[in-house]
Amino acid sequence: MSVNRAQRVDLEVVADLIPPQSRVLDVGSGDGLLLELLQDTKQVDGRGMELSQRGVNECVARGLSVIQGDADKDLEFYPDKGFDFVVLSQTLQATRNPKLVLDELLRIGNRAIVSFPNFGHWRVRLSLFVHGRMPVNDDLPYSWYDTPNIHFCTIRDFVNLCDELGATVEKATALDGNGQKIGLSMPWWFWNFFGQQAVFLLKR
Amino acid sequence: MAALRARKTNNEADQPSSPVLRFGADKPLKLDAGTLLSPFQIAYQTYGTLNDARSNAILVCHALTGDQHVANTNPVTGKPGWWEVLIGPGRIIDTNRFFVICSNVIGGCLGSTGPASINPATGKPYGLDLPVITIRDMVRAQLMLIDHFGIEKLFCVLGGSMGGMQVLQWASSYPERVFSALPIATGARHSSQNIAFHEVGRQAVMADPDWHGGKYFELGKRPEKGLAVARMAAHITYLSEAALHRKFGRNLQDREALTFGFDADFQIESYLRHQGMTFVDRFDANSYLYMTRSMDYFDLAADHGGRLADAFAGTRTRFCLVSFTSDWLFPTEESRSVVHALNAAGASVSFVEIETDRGHDAFLLDEPELFAAINGFIASAARARGLSA
Repeated sequence: MSVNRAQRVDLEVVADLIPPQSRVLDVGSGDGLLLELLQDTKQVDGRGMELSQRGVNECVARGLSVIQGDADKDLEFYPDKGFDFVVLSQTLQATRNPKLVLDELLRIGNRAIVSFPNFGHWRVRLSLFVHGRMPVNDDLPYSWYDTPNIHFCTIRDFVNLCDELGATVEKATALDGNGQKIGLSMPWWFWNFFGQQAVFLLKR
Repeated sequence: MAALRARKTNNEADQPSSPVLRFGADKPLKLDAGTLLSPFQIAYQTYGTLNDARSNAILVCHALTGDQHVANTNPVTGKPGWWEVLIGPGRIIDTNRFFVICSNVIGGCLGSTGPASINPATGKPYGLDLPVITIRDMVRAQLMLIDHFGIEKLFCVLGGSMGGMQVLQWASSYPERVFSALPIATGARHSSQNIAFHEVGRQAVMADPDWHGGKYFELGKRPEKGLAVARMAAHITYLSEAALHRKFGRNLQDREALTFGFDADFQIESYLRHQGMTFVDRFDANSYLYMTRSMDYFDLAADHGGRLADAFAGTRTRFCLVSFTSDWLFPTEESRSVVHALNAAGASVSFVEIETDRGHDAFLLDEPELFAAINGFIASAARARGLSA
């Protein structure tokens, strides 16, 4: 359900935010790349939830602790603050109710880490502005009619949602088209224009 | 031949051809029915070697009509052990590496105390004088066996269907004794539909004039017809509509046309009759009543004020649940509700649903995705337990 990318640079950024031996829930764990990375480099107690049964079965066969589940429906079964970190990487835009999902992440985890493709990126704006078409490119490979990504947002939109939910942004990182971090000193509008992906560390 | 094998089953009840552990008056088994069972015995099999740390033991729990002969030739039927595809030297559950234990459940008929065993008070088979046995009673007896081996913590407890119920009961009753749990094609309770099917089976047994209120052994009889019908009905629930149709369709049995009679015209009829007939050779009718009842009574949430998550509160056991898409006896939703409860309890849990049209019985068959899941789960649990490969 996540955005197709050969290189998931955002995973490294996410992993950097997580201290060793943490309890981590990865929502939308896909093929288990992040969980494996965290287990190997951070010795975390990691769990995953993934929508596609194929992804789940592959993860379990590789020894990861993953269940089949839907971020929109199944987060309610987890207890309050059961995890140090709840990660939602490249999945928010594919949920039916992103606000509720984010609210659940903040309830379940002491901290939430959310990464998503920025719909405010200049290439997206260019596609709409010049061609009048929904963007289709390497990072956003789907056409509007077959995309699983039904709730795109921009970095600014996301910051607003965090405000609404009473979440504090402890750390934010924007990655440009080459997967390079954009300088911290840059203002939000700059991030929103040049950041292709964003990674947020949140607390409530 | 059938009669000879039938006699052999009866002998297996008291003098099993596998090892047996006997508990005297000093060690009664406390039953949920409110009475004590004493003396009693547990027949079991083991494979492999218990390591010095006693940390490599795996307990396999058998299903409704299973037995302790999980990975050796069955002494009654002469067929391979019921889970030899999974367990043995070099198999997924490698007996060169693990010490595998499987015991006949209490209430069974292959050597652990059950209705076919001799009641020491009367010198005759218990019949219905044996109190109703629950899944928890079976597990309590297994614990005594595990204690006998001096095993502090089982590396893994696994089983399918009724065996899966025992796995869940183990994890709930003795969380500190279970490092990892692998319940397959099971649920935390028996559904109304499942109780209904079991009741049909029991009524078939009890309607057989040879049943005699359960005292058939004393009269030298066996309610074979009733038990066969019970097995036929149950067997349908272990398969799926798609698999039945794929295998048999409307094919006729050894004939060109319908006979306009009530012989087994169709292959499926012939197949079911065969299943029923071979079953009565190896299983005791009263034991079938007790086994089905134990599953009907199972309701783990009810034992914890209706909240299933409370059955696993504070657990540190690693869980992996497996269900099959075409299993209509224990549909995926039953496993999923256990998964949700384990999530709520903060447990480490994996959950795999396997796509197959082979129904409930898929857990006993060669299912590559099932084996891949078990393999991955066991391997990671072994790493966490510090067991070398």
